Amino acid sequence: MIVARQIYAIVRKDLLLELRAREQVAGMGVFALLTLVTFNFAFDLTGADRAASGSGALWVAIMFAGLLGMGRAAAIERQQGAWEGVLLSPADRGTIFLGKLASGLLFIGIVDALALVLFTALFALPVLRPMVLLVVGLGTVGFGTLGTLFSVMAATTRAREVLLPVLLFPLALPVVISSVRATTLLLTERQAEVGPWISLLLGFDVLFLGIAYLVFGHAVEE
Amino acid sequence: MASRITQRPGDLWGRALGWLSAVLVALSVAMIFLYVPSDQVQGVVQRLFYIHLPVAWLAYLSFFIIFLSSVVYLARRQPRWDRLARSAAELGFVFTTIVLLTGSIWGRPIWGTWWTWDARLTTTLILWFIYLAYFMLRAYVSDPERAARYAAVLGIVGFVDVPIIHMSVRWWRTLHPQPIVVRAEGPAMPESMLLTLAVTMVAFMVLYLFLLVEKYRIERMKDELAELRLRHSG
Repeated sequence: MIVARQIYAIVRKDLLLELRAREQVAGMGVFALLTLVTFNFAFDLTGADRAASGSGALWVAIMFAGLLGMGRAAAIERQQGAWEGVLLSPADRGTIFLGKLASGLLFIGIVDALALVLFTALFALPVLRPMVLLVVGLGTVGFGTLGTLFSVMAATTRAREVLLPVLLFPLALPVVISSVRATTLLLTERQAEVGPWISLLLGFDVLFLGIAYLVFGHAVEE
Repeated sequence: MASRITQRPGDLWGRALGWLSAVLVALSVAMIFLYVPSDQVQGVVQRLFYIHLPVAWLAYLSFFIIFLSSVVYLARRQPRWDRLARSAAELGFVFTTIVLLTGSIWGRPIWGTWWTWDARLTTTLILWFIYLAYFMLRAYVSDPERAARYAAVLGIVGFVDVPIIHMSVRWWRTLHPQPIVVRAEGPAMPESMLLTLAVTMVAFMVLYLFLLVEKYRIERMKDELAELRLRHSG
């Protein structure tokens, strides 16, 4: 239970900070919206076959916004030695990881919700369905897990904004592929084929949650 | 000082491996160009295969070495495991580049295109990107101890990820039409081809081992030099 309380304390801190400074969610949301609008010009998202490219646009918007948010979150921790304070707390490193992941997922989750609603409104595609929401949830967890681990590492390097996507995108490729595929299948009414993709996402999430939990302590030794 | 460095026990092994790999690589080049017959269907360009396959295996082996030495490094924190990971990473990057290039050169006349988004090609390309990320990560961290830790974390996460990447790309491809990829595995290879492949395989493994030993030696010297500089300036 102490672990749950420690996670809650970290999430509460991040939430409080966000409510006062408003440096993350608003920016991420606007960025996601702009990505969707830009995609509308880059690809034709009005035709009958828009479901296929539409899910790609949705996921690019979510992932780019998530990337931006996680990079920002790690940079905020670096200001005025905030991160040292977190590390000095009695919570062990794995718990700190879970806390940072939870608040990261909370922020990306808000952006997910926003992006899904806007996506439905702008492109008239029925994404607000339980199965699509499940895929969005699983994809966000997988992307967020690797993102939380790497953003903390990238934040201490010289080229942090450049390094985070270079680390994250190749390794998150299975999440990208399976989320986009699963969403496309669901939007084109081919529910029967979606099973393997959801299992792949689930397996990815469980595996990398475990690995990130274990190695996080090595990444944040200061 | 100089004499102490040249008289380390590893050096004799390094030199022996160097000569052995020179002889074996010369032998495999002779076999590839003079001994083995040209493929009836694919022609001369098929001879690239004898280099392509061993190099591909070694590119993946490098990643395995990085993974193992990263795990040991994080557990024990001895710099030599990081040096080994560093050395294997550089070889792995070079070998992955060679795999992509030889594959591309072969693919042009056989498939009619330099590149296709086939599962194995895509996985190798992503592996190349992970190697690239590994070097960038190291380059952008100033503190060597921290660079080693970060690289080890990436080495572990990346190695576990590669099979999943391969699986996801394969599913992605099989659910898509494959217009150009010729997947004719063909009948078993004739004996002369198998023999050439075996010799080349051994030659490249010895060459790999030689390069790894030498690279490790250079990395150790670099570390010693950095330490000496630090001691004299501080």
